[in-house]
Amino acid sequence: MKFKQHSVLPGFNLALGFTLLYLSLIVLIPLSASFIRTAGLTWPEFWTMVTTPRVLASYRLTFGASFAAALVNAVFGLLVAWVLVRYRFPGKKLVDALVDLPFALPTAVAGIALTALYAGNGWIGQFFEPLGIKIAFTPLGVFVALTFIGLPFVVRTVQPVLEDMETELEEAAATLGANRFQTFSRIIFPTVLPALMTGFALAFARAIGEYGSVIFIAGNMPMISEITPLLIITKLEQYDYAGATALAVVMLVISFIMLLIINFLQWWGRRRSAAI
Amino acid sequence: MIGLALLFLTLFLFVPLISVFYEALKKGWDVYMAAITDPDAIAAIQLTLTAAAIAVPLNVIFGLAAAWAIAKFEFRGKSVLITLIDLPFSVSPVVSGLIYVLIFGLQGWLGPWLAEHDVKIIFAVPGIVLATIFVTVPFIARELIPLMQAQGTEEEEAAVVLGASGWQTFLRVTLPNVKWGVLYGTILCNARAMGEFGAVSVVSGHIRGSTNTLPLHVEILYNEYNFAAAFAVASLLALLALITLALKTFVESRNKQQLENTNEH
Repeated sequence: MKFKQHSVLPGFNLALGFTLLYLSLIVLIPLSASFIRTAGLTWPEFWTMVTTPRVLASYRLTFGASFAAALVNAVFGLLVAWVLVRYRFPGKKLVDALVDLPFALPTAVAGIALTALYAGNGWIGQFFEPLGIKIAFTPLGVFVALTFIGLPFVVRTVQPVLEDMETELEEAAATLGANRFQTFSRIIFPTVLPALMTGFALAFARAIGEYGSVIFIAGNMPMISEITPLLIITKLEQYDYAGATALAVVMLVISFIMLLIINFLQWWGRRRSAAI
Repeated sequence: MIGLALLFLTLFLFVPLISVFYEALKKGWDVYMAAITDPDAIAAIQLTLTAAAIAVPLNVIFGLAAAWAIAKFEFRGKSVLITLIDLPFSVSPVVSGLIYVLIFGLQGWLGPWLAEHDVKIIFAVPGIVLATIFVTVPFIARELIPLMQAQGTEEEEAAVVLGASGWQTFLRVTLPNVKWGVLYGTILCNARAMGEFGAVSVVSGHIRGSTNTLPLHVEILYNEYNFAAAFAVASLLALLALITLALKTFVESRNKQQLENTNEH
């Protein structure tokens, strides 16, 4: 089998060559640097570095809060996508455009705004303070920031699928005597499931690596509210390059796994929509 | 249902957005103006604009080249290449900054050689530019690849058969067909380039007035408990985000039109 199929169009070598050169210089060589760096460590050394109690606590917080935030976004993202596709209301276009705000707003701005809101004397935090619930400067704050960051992913993956969905199917189900719950669980939910899971995975992957919005609201207490990316920075500031790199490699491996899962989910979604 | 959805969006989106402007103007217009015309703030604005002015055009060229190769030709390993282009999106910003420290930092591979020749990359402007390029690599390529794939190769083939050169074909046929897609990617790329925090924070060294971008300036002011000034500078970035969203919505509709026109042919 030949590497490239014949085409009358010119410029393949130039375009592909430039693409590979650019990617190598900016992305691939720098990324491999971190792996080669850790190759200098023995396996037990590496393992000890990435499993100290403080590091383990940071994994628990990072993954726990990311999972909870992605889950909330899956539920409310589906709801928001549904409302945007099926309802008409004044200001709908504006709401639709603003859903992408977390993509466009710099994370540091989101971080300080959420901190001000959810602090004990903030607009939202003041309602929770009397109940004994502190949000800012606790793991709960991390969850709030990650929910904000991941909000658009589920909405934007589910929305096109809902738009393409024929209302006839639902109407048929309703005519045949299905109640609203049955229509949802048997017709709508299975159709949007691949997109929903893709959105969930995207939000989760983004949340794991998030730094800017979290550090302001987290309080950053070791063992309690310290996320893994912050721990990398802390180690770097202490000139512990080996420790920082080892943690970075753990994060990178997890990113690669998430990328594979997302690619698989997207392939599944395309196959499903092609079958329908 | 609609009420619940809007309540969720209000709590997590609208109120945070409004609060940025409220906190910025709480102490009055004079404090606000003083904060954003402070020399350090001006220097931060300049650096942010410089980094974006270098990173965005480079990634536009990359996006066009990658999309040309991927969408107009069939070759092996294409899906691997697409995954590699998307890679910077899935890497934590902190790790994105760290990898450049590992190469160019004093402890890094090239560190000793760079120090000998008095070239500073980490804790200097070049490092900030590199980190900005890294986090924004995929934006234009991932916008253009599906668009150009949907448009197919017939128009370009016709141009070449009629005697147009490669560059003529690209400039007169391909580029006009994807101009809204390029613009859309550029807007998103620019927003991220100007707003990037984590990656830039690792390589910047936070030297006031020289290696501070706008988001880093917000952090410094905030950590000094100078909240009014921090929110004032943040409001500039929030304004940028709103302009980005407005332009994006406009371009999106034009882009959709262009795609529909192609499908009708």
